[in-house]
Amino acid sequence: MAKTIAEINEKIRKGKAVVVTAEEVIDIAKEKGVKRAAEEIDVVTTGTFSPMCGSGAFLNIGHSKPRIKLGGGKVYLNDIPVYTGMAAVDIFLGATALPDDDPRNKFYPGEFNYGGGHVIEELIAGKDIRLTAAAYGTDCYPRKKLETLINIKDINEAILFNIRNAYQNYNVAVNLSDKVIYTYMGVLKSNLGNANYCSAGQLSPLLNDPYYKTIGVGTKIFLGGGIGYVAWHGTQHNPTALRGDNGVPRRGAGTLAVIGDLKQMKMGWLVGTSMLGYGATLTVGIGVPIPILSEEILRYTLVTDADILAPVVDYSEAYPQMKPDILGEVSYAELKSGHIKVQGKDVPTASLSSYPKAVEIANILKKWIERGEFLLTEPVAPLPGIESGITFKPLKERPI
Amino acid sequence: MNVSRRIVLHFPPNITGQPVVYRLVKDFGLTFNILKASVSPGQEGLLVMELSGEQKNYDKGIKYLTEAGVEIQSLSQDVVRDESQCTHCGACITICPTEAFSLEPKTRKVLFDHNKCVVCGLCVKACPPRAMILYF
Repeated sequence: MAKTIAEINEKIRKGKAVVVTAEEVIDIAKEKGVKRAAEEIDVVTTGTFSPMCGSGAFLNIGHSKPRIKLGGGKVYLNDIPVYTGMAAVDIFLGATALPDDDPRNKFYPGEFNYGGGHVIEELIAGKDIRLTAAAYGTDCYPRKKLETLINIKDINEAILFNIRNAYQNYNVAVNLSDKVIYTYMGVLKSNLGNANYCSAGQLSPLLNDPYYKTIGVGTKIFLGGGIGYVAWHGTQHNPTALRGDNGVPRRGAGTLAVIGDLKQMKMGWLVGTSMLGYGATLTVGIGVPIPILSEEILRYTLVTDADILAPVVDYSEAYPQMKPDILGEVSYAELKSGHIKVQGKDVPTASLSSYPKAVEIANILKKWIERGEFLLTEPVAPLPGIESGITFKPLKERPI
Repeated sequence: MNVSRRIVLHFPPNITGQPVVYRLVKDFGLTFNILKASVSPGQEGLLVMELSGEQKNYDKGIKYLTEAGVEIQSLSQDVVRDESQCTHCGACITICPTEAFSLEPKTRKVLFDHNKCVVCGLCVKACPPRAMILYF
């Protein structure tokens, strides 16, 4: 019954493709059986909506008259410093960048109310952004100062390029110490006061394609409310992470680098985010369609929250000190019940990843495909799998 | 006529050892619900509570507190959720000391029960998209 992406696209064009979300497919396969479900279903849509620090945008602001060479100079957008080490008027706005005068954690815990991610959100909202620049001046680029408002609709390009997004599984963060700690996994109360997790679980893109059999370089996706593509495997991509018998990673494993035109992305799907005592970042909405090319591919999408295990990690000691110890494993079904047991203690859980938004993304993508507006792409290269032997290495420090 | 108000009581150190709240009940027939308390003998104390009873008794109770040296502040602050900013992640759920946040089981949307909120403000800074707003 093997199908091809070209065949599925033909059905999408005719408006005849059968598309279901990674949540819906679970019950459909239970009811109809895997074989029949695999024959009938053409695409399973996934979704995730979480803070993802490995995000940012390239902007080409256009040339001023007279010209200015921002490359090697200093540029700020709404007081957020951007990277200029490129061509004359290309800049990179990173999600975690902070204003020079932000007190950071000098007044602990710092609030980090405004950072690069918030500028990205305001760009999408169509707001004018204050650009201030200082350059050194050259014969061909004589100008040394520039202060202007810019708007996403006027600049040449605005390209979201996130180097690490959509982590395949993640740690559950707890705090064993006797004081509150402020982490990228949220506020963690002392003595196992709470446990924070961050994954869409059974709806998460890479957890529905654990061996990267369909998701590859060039896969067209939902990104920030618009269209994007998988550009590469993300940084820290770790296909050789510990896996269960079902093939599902039990630790943080694969990641995606994604790219897309920021100009067609929409408000609400890229959200400037502040982690108390930690920093600013961007919450990103991603949805990936999985073509049901075979029964095997469908089987992977049947993964449920009960089948996905995540490690419980102490963020007061083990995480910061790079100790490999974990306090056990829990399933997303347990995490979503509101309580988990850690060291015999009943610990309330909370999520940093929005499940309602992930469901919404999977449903939007489903609608796009059903209406024939979104065709699937054939990956042009696979993501490195287990056979690549790629592992996530710590820094090998060599003192100078 | 019955009234019910949320008030903040500041106790000077010299009266934190006295059974002030007990007298509100016994002498004035008022009922109370303590929302937040930090009272230790010999130190300045703070008590946030909802005080209810008949208007005339309520007024007498407040007069008694004032005469005893307790400074009274009405709880005029309010925490509200900016619905357009909330992403329903759920980070607030375990932060709130009074369990004002809960998950709608089917959709996993975060519900905010304003009546349970004691305006402590912990959620305001712990909310990643800054959807919780403290009004003065």
